[in-house]
Amino acid sequence: MSTANTSTVTNTGPGKPLLEVKDLRVAYGKVEAVTGIDLTLREGQLVTVIGPNGAGKTTLLSAIMGLLPSKGEIHFDGEDYVSPEIETLVGRGLGLVPEKRELFNTMTVADNLLLGAFQRYRRGDDSYEQTLSEVYSLFPRLWERRQQQAGTLSGGERQMLAIGRAMMGKPRLLMLDEPSLGLAPLITREIFRIFADLRRQGVSILLVEQNARAALKVADYAYVLEGGQIAMQGPAAELANDSRVIEAYLGLASKHQELLSS
Amino acid sequence: MNFQIALLLGQDGITNGAIYALLALSILLVFTVTRILLIPLGEFVTFGALTMAAIQMGKAPALEWLLLALTLIECGLDAYHFRSNLGSKRIQTMVLKVAYAVVMVVLIQMLPLAELPMAFQALLTLALMVPLGPLMYRLFFQPLADAPALVLLIVSIAVHVAMVGVGLLLFGPEGARTEPFSDTAFRLGPVMMKSQTLWVILVSILLIVTLFLTFERTLYGKALRATAVNRTGARLLGISPVFAGKATFGLAAFIGSLSGILIAPITTLYFDSGFIISLKGFVGAIIGGLISYPLAAVGAVAVGLIEAFSMFWASTYKEIIVFTLIIPFLIWRSMTSHHVEDEE
Ligand SMILES: Nc1ncnc2c1ncn2[C@@H]1O[C@H](COP(=O)(O)OP(=O)(O)OP(=O)(O)O)[C@@H](O)[C@H]1O
Ligand SMILES: [Mg+2]
Repeated sequence: MSTANTSTVTNTGPGKPLLEVKDLRVAYGKVEAVTGIDLTLREGQLVTVIGPNGAGKTTLLSAIMGLLPSKGEIHFDGEDYVSPEIETLVGRGLGLVPEKRELFNTMTVADNLLLGAFQRYRRGDDSYEQTLSEVYSLFPRLWERRQQQAGTLSGGERQMLAIGRAMMGKPRLLMLDEPSLGLAPLITREIFRIFADLRRQGVSILLVEQNARAALKVADYAYVLEGGQIAMQGPAAELANDSRVIEAYLGLASKHQELLSS
Repeated sequence: MNFQIALLLGQDGITNGAIYALLALSILLVFTVTRILLIPLGEFVTFGALTMAAIQMGKAPALEWLLLALTLIECGLDAYHFRSNLGSKRIQTMVLKVAYAVVMVVLIQMLPLAELPMAFQALLTLALMVPLGPLMYRLFFQPLADAPALVLLIVSIAVHVAMVGVGLLLFGPEGARTEPFSDTAFRLGPVMMKSQTLWVILVSILLIVTLFLTFERTLYGKALRATAVNRTGARLLGISPVFAGKATFGLAAFIGSLSGILIAPITTLYFDSGFIISLKGFVGAIIGGLISYPLAAVGAVAVGLIEAFSMFWASTYKEIIVFTLIIPFLIWRSMTSHHVEDEE
């Protein structure tokens, strides 16, 4: 039995904390959807948050991004912010691929990507052209469709565009809300490989995923969110072997796979 | 009606239509980006025209004091809003804004206004007018950015009414006309074309082309379009709604006051003439369904032409004819347009 589920475990390790969340509470009206979360992400880490539907994962990411008002402390890059302005956070290197993607449907793929670099352009950093060709080489599909309107893309292509657009901002911390949703298995494997690549380049990643198996495989550290609270946490490899995690999040899938392979 | 009269009316219609087209585009721009129906757009037109007239008469237009007062209020509000983290960059911006307003006050008091070349007078008018756009957004609309569209509409009407009052205070009840940009006239077939007509048409076309290029080619223009398409998406990329709001209001103030400067030599404008003028731009915008820019521009030119010709046939009913024009378009739209899902 690992120590992953005891409350004394925290995300220790090399690298200083890039994101620190303390006793975060987010309410929709009177109902609290996130009820006191502590979370740490260290520089260069890939941290994943898994949990059932309605656990509060999307709410958590939205609050960190400043899209929702919240109580508690959020420190990004050493500075804390009370009611942050999203523009400031983006400027300091925070990026989010939201659950609903929020693409500019009536604009072209190329324009969507370029707009991802708006703040860099504004700052006079013109290396975004370089990033654009990197994104195109990661997702050749987007290059083929660059003059097509974003609203006419297929579901998978929309995911790629959302990820590519967030990469255009060259974030230091990239937060992704279920990036593999609706993707074919082959592409899913591909984008998880991209996350690992990004991490190697020094981008920190906070990954919310339904695909717990794949997420735990690439992550350094993992949190299990249930009912708005952290139910378990620990190094991803340990959690992947934890009997409760296997039962709740990996179990069905592994049985299913055994059935398939037998 | 013979060919000559038709040409004359056509000339009038196209001149006014070009102005309505500019206004229609501003209304659309502001509406799609901020959800605000900019009713005070007409006041930018009249303020621009009346300021230009005052300058040509060598009178200080008093608008510079309004600019200074609003700038001070803005800086006060900003200082209060950011009281906990008032960075040096914010202070620097505030100092620059106040300095700009003070310089304008000094310039207006010191310069021999009436003797200035006309281009300089126009520049001075624009320099006074354009900052009023972002100021108006900051003071009256930014605090309500998340309010329902109906609230924004009510505030917009209130700002319009207040601006008409301020206009009466600043410029008095007399109407004003300015000198034409140049005195020459030339023949087009059987009729004389006034050179001002040509100015209006040329500047309008130039402005429309510039706007088009800005929105199609530059990243700042695309950022404004992106805000119109998906506000949340734009915010996530660091395109702030405040930036978008101030930029569109600045553009509207620029287009509005430039329109005022353009038509001031042709039409006598009063402090309260703005509403009817922008309403005609609005008819054009409605024809464009409040989304299509080219349709809105074409619609606005049509409004100008219909206005000119109805002036000839039934001059008492001119306004009625123009405004009744909305009805068939609304019916046509309600029958053809399908329901569009709201993004938010
Ligand atoms: N705008 C809202 N108003 C009221 N309740 C909301 C709102 N958004 C989310 N909730 C509620 O908050 C809880 C957490 O929602 P959230 O979207 O964060 O879950 P999630 O973990 O992302 O789920 P999923 O895996 O299905 O995406 C849910 O019970 C949801 O019904
Ligand atoms: Mg979710």
